[in-house]
Amino acid sequence: MSVIFQKSKGLTDVKLHYCPGCAHGIVHKLLAECLEEMGELGNSIIAVPVGCAVMANKYFNFDAIQSAHGRAPATATGIKRVHPDKMVMTYQGDGDLASIGTCEIVHAAARGEKITTIFINNGIYGMTGGQMAPTTLPGMRATTAQHGRDVHIQGYPLRVSEMLATLDGPAYIERVSVTTPGQVAQAKKAIMKALKVQKEGLGFGFVEVVSSCPTNWGLTPVKAMEFIREKMIPYYPLGVFKDITREGN
Amino acid sequence: MAKGKITIDENICKGCELCVSVCPKKVLKLSETKINDAGYNPAEVVNDDCIACTSCARMCPDSAITVEKID
Amino acid sequence: MAKVLMKGNEAIGKAAIEAGCRFFFGYPITPQSELPEYLSEELPKVGGTFVQAESEVAAINMVYGAAAAGARALTSSSSPGVALKQEGIGYITNADLPAVIVNMMRGGPGLGTIQPGQADYRMCVKGGSNGDYHNIVLAPSSVQEAVDMVMEAFDLADCYRTPVIILSDGLIGQMMEPVDFHYAPKRELPPKDWALTGKGDGQKHMIVNLNMDAEDCENHNIQLQKKYVEIEQKEQQWEEYCMDDAEYAFVSYGTSARITKSAIDTLRKEGYKVGLIRPKTLYPFPKEAFKGKNIKKYMDIEMSMGQMVEDVQLACNDVNKVVFFGRCGGIILTPEEVVEFAKSVIGGDK
Repeated sequence: MSVIFQKSKGLTDVKLHYCPGCAHGIVHKLLAECLEEMGELGNSIIAVPVGCAVMANKYFNFDAIQSAHGRAPATATGIKRVHPDKMVMTYQGDGDLASIGTCEIVHAAARGEKITTIFINNGIYGMTGGQMAPTTLPGMRATTAQHGRDVHIQGYPLRVSEMLATLDGPAYIERVSVTTPGQVAQAKKAIMKALKVQKEGLGFGFVEVVSSCPTNWGLTPVKAMEFIREKMIPYYPLGVFKDITREGN
Repeated sequence: MAKGKITIDENICKGCELCVSVCPKKVLKLSETKINDAGYNPAEVVNDDCIACTSCARMCPDSAITVEKID
Repeated sequence: MAKVLMKGNEAIGKAAIEAGCRFFFGYPITPQSELPEYLSEELPKVGGTFVQAESEVAAINMVYGAAAAGARALTSSSSPGVALKQEGIGYITNADLPAVIVNMMRGGPGLGTIQPGQADYRMCVKGGSNGDYHNIVLAPSSVQEAVDMVMEAFDLADCYRTPVIILSDGLIGQMMEPVDFHYAPKRELPPKDWALTGKGDGQKHMIVNLNMDAEDCENHNIQLQKKYVEIEQKEQQWEEYCMDDAEYAFVSYGTSARITKSAIDTLRKEGYKVGLIRPKTLYPFPKEAFKGKNIKKYMDIEMSMGQMVEDVQLACNDVNKVVFFGRCGGIILTPEEVVEFAKSVIGGDK
């Protein structure tokens, strides 16, 4: 008998505090697996956000720093400039990255900072209890949009991958999801690619993961995955938005 | 068809059922009798039909599942 | 080394390089822009890194990252810009990280004016971010002292693992004076064995800012307070000018203190027994300087509406002994108006 799948060495033994079925755990696992497979676990530093993943520093088995809300790309910039030979990542949710930290992510991308950002888009503020996020879908309910997001009052969601893909700085941008084993495999490939462009010094790598929040969506974990497929992905289409390794070939 | 063996760390499992939902062979279901330290009904193996596809383990947010292949 | 004539802002940049700082993250604002301009040119020559950040907020968070990575890191700004940096300063403080922040003050509040001011005393000395904390605050009164203090600031920051603020003003930043550069650390600096460097085969390092457990958070605060007790015991610095036989004492720092010294020279010629206590550290405030002194009145002179007054009252332990004169909004005091104020206080008591 041979072990063909086990927990990555890139994760510690600390139990995740996330709600049952929260996809943060799936994405943590993918990042950990990628860095393990690249042989970079001893060479990695991650800036974690404010939001549900604020305690992710305890879960990743490599160096980590807790950032101010939205500022992880700036903090990671400081780290990467000091240690250009290390793998430097940010891991951010949609409130953190696409609302309070919009300025920092846009400029880190525009500078072509050689870091990798994992962006969790689940259309809601999880940690504070289900408030409207910059990515909340039109009509989708939140505790600060109790009758659903009214675009005439609250405006429209941000499509961050598309926005960043207009810039010259990013080397790789892909939007993925994790609702099926096939999507999980694709998400892993995307994260690997975004790490490799950093490793090769090509520029900024960005993977947006259309993710779930069963608790604040008021759905079971399995139904939440269906919601992603039926409602989220039509608004946030999956795919590669930028890949400089392919351009000009 | 390959044969597999699934081991679930019952005290890490949160009973989210994602593994159950993706298993092509209906090998897993949530226990109706066990309750773990955190108060969840953990997933358990209910038949010998595992084909070592690792779908359950890849979907598990809590990395509670180990899959072995029977040679 | 022969002295060179340099503008304050540029001299501060050179001092940082001499002290081993290789990382600067900043944003343009008058009257400090010569500092990032200088470092954008000079840092790359010594293998250093200059980043013009997208905002003051980003700049201080880049400093947070660079400091966490174990580097000597610097940012600079002026009053409204330093207000923006307060969030990051609080995070760096809470994470026990060393950093140096230069504030070339201008008149406030809000956008205020681009002329020199000293109205950020409360923001920088009392803590402009949330929570119970202090930063070490150094107040230079000349370009040479700014140079020396920047060098010492990096040592203090590393020694106590805390942000150090150089609280100066647009006048010192813009004026040219002859300076020399001689970096000689006076303190034993602890190894940065906590820094984020990639763990290799060893233990992973974490820089944390969240203490979910209230008891953990209180304990961390208690540790911070212990640090401040040590700083208050060991690091008070001040200058005394004509204090030996003084019966009336000015208390003034930075640019105001230079002007006050001119006023003292005039008053002394006329027979007034006046002197000056010039705090060089604003935090820790040099309370020791006020001990055992038999002074009739302390005349606090500032380019603000009197932000240091409470500290002087506490230091001399007598609310009624402290009087204040100041100009603000970018107006620079004149020696003549300080002389006139002193005479109104002292009256015929020569």
